[in-house]
Amino acid sequence: MTILALDWGLIIEKLIMIAIVVFASLGIALYTTFGERKVAAILQDRPGPSRAGPFGLLQPLADGLKLIMKEEIIPNAANKWLFILGPGLAMTASLMTCAVIPWGSAIDVFGRHVELQIADVNIGILYVFAVVSMGVYGIMIGGWASNNKFSLMSALRAASQAISYELAMGLALIALLMTTGSLSLKNIVEQQVQGPWWNIVYQPLGFLIFFITAMAECNRTPFDLPEAENELNFGYHQEYSSMKLGFYLFAEYINMIMSSAIMASMYFGGYDLPFFNEASVAPNIAAMIGVGTLLIKIVLFIFLFMWIRWTIPRFRYDQLMGLGWKTLIPLALFNMLLTGAVILAKL
Amino acid sequence: MQALTNKAQAVSRKPMTFLERLYLINIIKGMMITFSHMFKKQPTIRYPEEKREFSPVFRGLHVLNRDEEGRERCTACGLCAVACPAEAITMEAAERVEGEENLYKEEKYAAKYEINMLRCIFCGLCEDACPKDAIYLSETFAPANFTRKGFIYGKSDLLIPNPKTEADAFAEAKGVEA
Repeated sequence: MTILALDWGLIIEKLIMIAIVVFASLGIALYTTFGERKVAAILQDRPGPSRAGPFGLLQPLADGLKLIMKEEIIPNAANKWLFILGPGLAMTASLMTCAVIPWGSAIDVFGRHVELQIADVNIGILYVFAVVSMGVYGIMIGGWASNNKFSLMSALRAASQAISYELAMGLALIALLMTTGSLSLKNIVEQQVQGPWWNIVYQPLGFLIFFITAMAECNRTPFDLPEAENELNFGYHQEYSSMKLGFYLFAEYINMIMSSAIMASMYFGGYDLPFFNEASVAPNIAAMIGVGTLLIKIVLFIFLFMWIRWTIPRFRYDQLMGLGWKTLIPLALFNMLLTGAVILAKL
Repeated sequence: MQALTNKAQAVSRKPMTFLERLYLINIIKGMMITFSHMFKKQPTIRYPEEKREFSPVFRGLHVLNRDEEGRERCTACGLCAVACPAEAITMEAAERVEGEENLYKEEKYAAKYEINMLRCIFCGLCEDACPKDAIYLSETFAPANFTRKGFIYGKSDLLIPNPKTEADAFAEAKGVEA
């Protein structure tokens, strides 16, 4: 079926995949909010939300409905366009990341060979970086447009935090890229599927740095300085209400899911199930097992994020900057040099 | 300064070692502590389904008692109102007339008996003051209400059901013997 020299099947296939990935990540994000509340509760010896539906499973739907039904308030002194653009940008940036994540190997549907990845860009990681650094614009624009000193301060904090930690994140990644020799996430995952070990074995320090910086990029506790309820009064989304607030909160959770997915793909073998020979089952089933494996890895990472959130208090601002510039960046540079030296020694 | 107890401990001012300054080990230790809390018993009582057991001396809402034949015990002597430190009790007395012997135990009874539950401090002094065993504090507590008026409990709210005519309701209201 080729019209105008276009493979329409490919377009339909990609559209379906985009829809599935976007709705799945929204759904998972919805239930991540529930998971967050449950994990927080269990770590604090209490049952958590348990009223709406069995085990409180309908709680996120009730929360979502509440957010939608709330009154939309745009402050008089706010810059209206930017005020609306802020949450939209935050949400778009966090959803765009999922385009390059390989969710599984390939499946065969109706005789078509379908790669379980929306776009295998050969500069996948670079794309992720570009999109993630756009996410901070959502926070900055929202905070600035609110015309509120606390929101503005929070936006400034978010910007400086993102700049400081993106550097260390990039440096930690360079070391990984030196070992893999590819920027495509698909290639990186395939190397781990075929290779003897996952990248975490070659890059433990790099992973640690990447994990800490990813937490900072997601504005999660202990790096939630832009939010800082008790000093900044909720920070950049203080003036927001209804679904615009919902978008900000959602974007945070989607960011968390996406960074979990990226960490799982880059350091923990992505859709690779260890000690399991993919060739022993039909390719479609193997691909589905791969998707399930990746999802489990994502859930484990999300649990780790939450676990840390409910254990460690927030950094002070100078501690945050000190950690970023004086510890993580030198450490990442050292890791880079070490990796380079090992690669040279092996040659 | 001399210490009052020997519990005081000198604070260590030693500079932190490299491992301590890394914080990672301490963070992992902290995470282990929170993780261990996942398996601890939750002290939560899921209220409407589960209720905390009250002690037998719990002082809840007041009950105006009846005797075995279902007659009101209260004689409107006013000792409870005098004893009440919060001045929550008011009453109006009336004389029993011919033919009401099955309703009231003595010749005098309380025509109106009101307790303001917003004033009441549930101290139980009315229970102690009553010479006729006519008032006691039960194991239920005052439910919420929409108006202040709703917290003024009259005789209809306070009187225990008649043991003769509504034996089940009486037994339920009476609860366990303290």
